[in-house]
Amino acid sequence: MTPGLIVVGASLGGAEAFAGFMAGLGEPRVPVALVLHRNRQPRGSLADYLARLSGVPVAEVDDSQPLTPGVHLAPADYHLLAGERAFRLSVDEKVIHARPSIDVLFESAAESHRKQLAAVLLTAASRDGAAGVVRVAGLGGRAYVQDPSTAESSVAPAAALAALGEAGRSARVGSPRRIGEWLRAEGCGTERREEP
Amino acid sequence: MEGDLEALEIELLLEAVARRYGYDFRSYAPASLRRRVRAVLRHERFRTVSRLQEAILHDPAMLPRFVAQLSVGVTGMFRDAGFYQCIRDEVIPRLRTYPFVRVWVAGCSSGEEVYSLAILFQEEGLLPRTRFYATDLSEMVLERARKGVYPVTSMREHTEAYIAAGGREDFSQYYVADHRNAKLKSSLRQSIVFSQHNLVSDEVFNEFQLVLCRNVMIYFERELRERVHDLIYRSLAPLGMLGLGMRETIDFTPHAADYAPVDERVRLYRRRR
Repeated sequence: MTPGLIVVGASLGGAEAFAGFMAGLGEPRVPVALVLHRNRQPRGSLADYLARLSGVPVAEVDDSQPLTPGVHLAPADYHLLAGERAFRLSVDEKVIHARPSIDVLFESAAESHRKQLAAVLLTAASRDGAAGVVRVAGLGGRAYVQDPSTAESSVAPAAALAALGEAGRSARVGSPRRIGEWLRAEGCGTERREEP
Repeated sequence: MEGDLEALEIELLLEAVARRYGYDFRSYAPASLRRRVRAVLRHERFRTVSRLQEAILHDPAMLPRFVAQLSVGVTGMFRDAGFYQCIRDEVIPRLRTYPFVRVWVAGCSSGEEVYSLAILFQEEGLLPRTRFYATDLSEMVLERARKGVYPVTSMREHTEAYIAAGGREDFSQYYVADHRNAKLKSSLRQSIVFSQHNLVSDEVFNEFQLVLCRNVMIYFERELRERVHDLIYRSLAPLGMLGLGMRETIDFTPHAADYAPVDERVRLYRRRR
């Protein structure tokens, strides 16, 4: 069964890792929701940067926007949540010092998509994402974690793998590009029509 | 499955609260609501949603706390510099043409937004002929807003936001601080009427030249969002203006065609007629 939604989390240094993941995935055929930890900055600039880096269009999410194929970026200072059919935003308290928070995206997507979810945790410098990955795996979704030895910061990948182990769950571990390729093989992406 | 059980418990809780007390959260967006209910459990130290439900039904002190924790949003003074710039540059010049101005801040939470407006209006000389109506669902949250008291530690952040939003005065003139708290000046508080209003069930209560409803409808399901948009439309004077949150859009709402953008980037709109 092809996952109906991919959620991806990384910290700001993870832009390159995300680009590697997208290179493996190719043209997305499913919605790809992305939380990238960041400092507050002018709107739009991060989306443009990621689009240039990865060669696919990246758009910041507006509240209630439907889940459509393509890359959807959590806007600055909002949590991004994935419902069954639409993205929702919240301005609730930060979670592990972060808004947007990877856990908030992963947990909401796990609850709305269950088995039809693939969660990808890339390089990140805090524990944010570890609880989310466990929730995804616990509800039958697929968990992918960047190989800590390839990560710029291994804190999140290592924390996630440890938390999964404690919960008796597992994840597939690989480089960002490799994880993208696995998901392409599952039908989540196709060959780019034109290479950037 | 564990997740399903929690969803069921939340459904039963909301049903009980609506039928017993008339506070209807059943049209709130489930994903964010679930997180908030969990936060209440942690904060009030309940192990399950069912135990929280029992407390709400049998302990009269529990309901107001529950309503406050479900409704309070995180906000700050002059949050989103570009928005307040636009209020100063685009909105206030239009409001000057009215002999008397009424502004509604719907879902005012702890009050930072309406006080920011009051400061701006004072600097632009519009405060003496403006009345702000700040409403929220929770009486407990309103009580906090009415006091206009914030931790003194938050004032540095508020001052930075004020400057980023184009403020040119000495921000410390707007409050009196001791070592713990900063209390906003009474001249600001006197221009604001704080009152309870529930967007789920209450009706139009006045006519306004400006309505702010920022980051409130992000917590609502589609049907309720449409109700609130209709309520706001009917509350606006002809050519009245509406400010939404930075990532909320008027598109795809029943009244989309009734508004023209004042500044689309900061989600400020104006009634066409």
